[in-house]
Amino acid sequence: MRAFEYVTPKSKEQAVGLLSQNWGDTELLAGGTDLLALMKDDVVAPKRLVNVKSIAGLDAIGYNARTGLRIGALVRIADFADNADVRKYYPTLARVADDAASPQIRNQATMAGNLCQRPRCWYFRNGFGLLAKDPQSGKSLVVEGDNRYHAILGNDGPAYFVSPSSIAPALIAAGAKIRVFGPSGARELPLEKFYVIPKSENEREHDLRSNEIVIEIVVPPPSGERFGHYEVRQKAEFDWPLATASVALKMSGNKVQAARIVMGHVAPIPWVCDKYVEATLLGQPLTETTANAAGVVAAEKPGKSLGKNAYKIRLAHVAVKRALLQAVKET
Amino acid sequence: MKSVEIVVNGVERRAQVEPRMLLVHFLRDVAGLTGTHIGCETSLCGACTALLDGRAVKSCTVLAVQADGHSVTTIEALASEGQLHPLQESFWEEHALQCGFCTPGMIMCASDLLGSNASPSDREIREGLSGNLCRCTGYQNIVGAVKSASRKMKRRTAATAAKK
Ligand SMILES: Cc1cc2nc3c(=O)[nH]c(=O)nc-3n(C[C@H](O)[C@H](O)[C@H](O)COP(=O)(O)OP(=O)(O)OC[C@H]3O[C@@H](n4cnc5c(N)ncnc54)[C@H](O)[C@@H]3O)c2cc1C
Ligand code: FES
Ligand code: FES
Repeated sequence: MRAFEYVTPKSKEQAVGLLSQNWGDTELLAGGTDLLALMKDDVVAPKRLVNVKSIAGLDAIGYNARTGLRIGALVRIADFADNADVRKYYPTLARVADDAASPQIRNQATMAGNLCQRPRCWYFRNGFGLLAKDPQSGKSLVVEGDNRYHAILGNDGPAYFVSPSSIAPALIAAGAKIRVFGPSGARELPLEKFYVIPKSENEREHDLRSNEIVIEIVVPPPSGERFGHYEVRQKAEFDWPLATASVALKMSGNKVQAARIVMGHVAPIPWVCDKYVEATLLGQPLTETTANAAGVVAAEKPGKSLGKNAYKIRLAHVAVKRALLQAVKET
Repeated sequence: MKSVEIVVNGVERRAQVEPRMLLVHFLRDVAGLTGTHIGCETSLCGACTALLDGRAVKSCTVLAVQADGHSVTTIEALASEGQLHPLQESFWEEHALQCGFCTPGMIMCASDLLGSNASPSDREIREGLSGNLCRCTGYQNIVGAVKSASRKMKRRTAATAAKK
């Protein structure tokens, strides 16, 4: 690991003042479970590391029936998963957090760090950049190379990695917003808008400027929606999923009134399904047949293989189907 | 260089360290406690598991400066007055180790697990130790040892309570 200057700001204003205007010069350190790995491999080499854990007041979870759940950026994944209000009012989110990574990592990693973790694309992790271009030919190494874990949606280029957080899609299905603090104060945006597909190497995979920090995640109060979340994993723990689906359903009797479906690990961003997927369900009872039809429209129709990842289209289809069926199962 | 104060197994250690020094190197090279092993150094194997403020973390993926002002517990702190900790005893009795490389990490992670769940099921033990790899035992005896330790610890707590 290269040497760096280490600073511990006490406030978010101080932290912002210590951050550079350019990506790469400085990085924020939370739990470090992702960043330190990138620094050991020299993929990221900041001159200054700004520890956000020294900032006071960002480590609380608060629940209020009217305003919902507020999750401080520094709340650890394990504490989120164990929180009594989260377990009671957002059991699906608690389960998703409990299934991420391994116990030691959940004890150390923060919720904001989870949402901002960098892609697992092996070209990126081996120093070929976020867009993984061949330095000589400028062609995509992913398209030409081993893309078995890469995107099946939103993969027209130049980015082909998949968004790595397994918690983000579930938070998006629950309608979460993210609050960001920068030189001109705080701003709030829907979590789905936080993720963007980078077009060049000096962009990142989220809508965060290099001198901004995530301070809070806000989830609206439950409003009678039914949630489901299904992960397809090669290993039960210790690894990222291959495909996930998170769903939020409004039912009227046994018929679907509104459906929000978000797929994870299939695109460079958490993939919010369009109205055509919802249309397959609206006014219908949720059955094997309708859930399957939604999976087909969500994944099989738009999905595009890069050569070695066609199997992921099928996995995403099944994840959508199972998440939907799980949401309406008697609790 | 940064000066840090880390309480290791109840003893305060002050040192000047480079910010890039990993906690596991601090434990082994600065504090001289080599019970915490380094396997992969990439937060996969769990051999380096220690407790940070009482919770299991992978000390190869924490900077020593991140532990500044906090307390760390390593395998060296488990035995007291020449008496093995029930987990250490049970690992021995149940043949839960062969080469022993993964053992300190396994035991530290198990001690965190038993701290929050005194009688875990087999499944809970497997989940609790899912961040630790063992290349020798096949895990079966490790699960058995944690179960046996949990029974011992409950008996001892009951015995102490009865004495009072
Ligand atoms: C073996 C293994 C398995 C894993 N499996 C899963 C899984 O199944 N699902 C899953 O979701 N994750 C998984 N992870 C990833 C893990 O969840 C992340 O490493 C962790 O959540 C990152 O949090 P952190 O606090 O340690 O972040 P750090 O490593 O400190 O930071 C990560 C990134 O976020 C940025 N950042 C941190 N905090 C802020 C902030 N407040 N504002 C702005 N930027 C910030 C940092 O600059 C850095 O770029 C796994 C990791 C490992 C090692
Ligand atoms: S040495 Fe830390 S996890 Fe392997
Ligand atoms: S006993 Fe050898 S690795 Fe576990």
